Amino acid sequence: MEEILEYSPLLIKGTITTIELTLASAVLAVIISFVVGLSRFSRLRFVRASAIVYLEFFRGTSAIVQMFFMFYVLPLFGVTFPPLLAGILACGLNLGSYGSEVVRSAVESVGRGQHEAAQALNYSIYQRFRYVLIPQAVPVMIPTFGNLLIELLKLTAVASLITISDLTFMSQIIRVQTALTLEPFLVILVIYFIISSVLVWFTKWIERKFAAGRHTITSKGA
Amino acid sequence: MDWSWAVVYELLPKMWEGLIVTVQATFVGALLAYVLGLLLALLKMSKSWIVAKTSYWISEFVRRTPLLVQLYFLFYVLPDFGIFLSPFVAGVIGLGIHFSTYTSEVYRAGIENVPTGQWEASRALNYNAYQTMSYVILPQAIPPMIPPLANYLITMFKETPLLSAITVVELFNVATIFSNSNYKYLEPMTLVGVFFLIVSVPAAYAAMKLEQHFKPKGTGFS
Repeated sequence: MEEILEYSPLLIKGTITTIELTLASAVLAVIISFVVGLSRFSRLRFVRASAIVYLEFFRGTSAIVQMFFMFYVLPLFGVTFPPLLAGILACGLNLGSYGSEVVRSAVESVGRGQHEAAQALNYSIYQRFRYVLIPQAVPVMIPTFGNLLIELLKLTAVASLITISDLTFMSQIIRVQTALTLEPFLVILVIYFIISSVLVWFTKWIERKFAAGRHTITSKGA
Repeated sequence: MDWSWAVVYELLPKMWEGLIVTVQATFVGALLAYVLGLLLALLKMSKSWIVAKTSYWISEFVRRTPLLVQLYFLFYVLPDFGIFLSPFVAGVIGLGIHFSTYTSEVYRAGIENVPTGQWEASRALNYNAYQTMSYVILPQAIPPMIPPLANYLITMFKETPLLSAITVVELFNVATIFSNSNYKYLEPMTLVGVFFLIVSVPAAYAAMKLEQHFKPKGTGFS
């Protein structure tokens, strides 16, 4: 165990990289989720169709394949990303596809009467979504988004395979340099567990914030 | 960068073999996940507080940490304790254990969603535990479990490329091995993506049909 402590600078660096990767791709994934999820309600057939193509493509192929594609294939076309950016893009685009379904189903779950009431008030489409539908849909999304955030954190471990020096990458370095196996992997599993537990608490906290005065929506569940 | 069909023809037979390994890993892993998940669900619902809490936190630990690190753990740590597993077996065990934490939630939710009145009715009829389960609870609990369990099968299929990290030669690894020895990335990576789409898009469609088929009908609420 003392030998592992010698490597704590590496572990700290890896932890920071993992957290950076998770947060940056989470932001990207949330933006994509809303853009693509709301596109599904577009009146333009083309917009709806491209949203579905995006969804099926990123949900249907494996995340590692997407990451390798971005890291090894795109440079052949002259598009070169630094590894960290490729990792963020791959994680964000992948989770965004799952997130867009969350946004779509949450908006659909808002009662029909609300859609109609907004229309009766002569709200524009923008107003309808901005003031009526989205505020009611967001609390429904949060628990599922919380689960996706954990999936995202776990997905970032795969980024170690495209040379990003995150926690998982560091565990391999420590294993190779010290010939220890149990300790590095156990320590890294525990660090991952701590990070994701913090994320779980954070989601629960937000859930409670949104639940205040809105029991009608949250008690029905997602 | 030009697309070369010669590479495709050379690669296809190998990839077919890889796909077989991938499918095997998926099904064996899923079988394990379904069985272990049921066991875990029963432990989590145990009347003993200690058993329930311990199994809950073990399950959360596995669920909140990356499968990739767990696979490394099985692959590198167990041999130090004299347990030698082939890469395929280690991979399948890893997949099975990781996803058993997900399936256990499906089982638990399925059983808990049966209304309390049904339990009480069985008691009123003087049914024993076996009769209650097999005649009253399970027939109502199982149909809603089938679609999510089918969805996890698809998720597991998409996670199998992780097995390449512990040297299992499945679909994705066939492509990376070919890429690395021939310096061709475009065709192998694209083909892997196409293979995944060919399998997972129809599978997702089938799962959606299954979901519609097993949709609870006319329960008053929901």
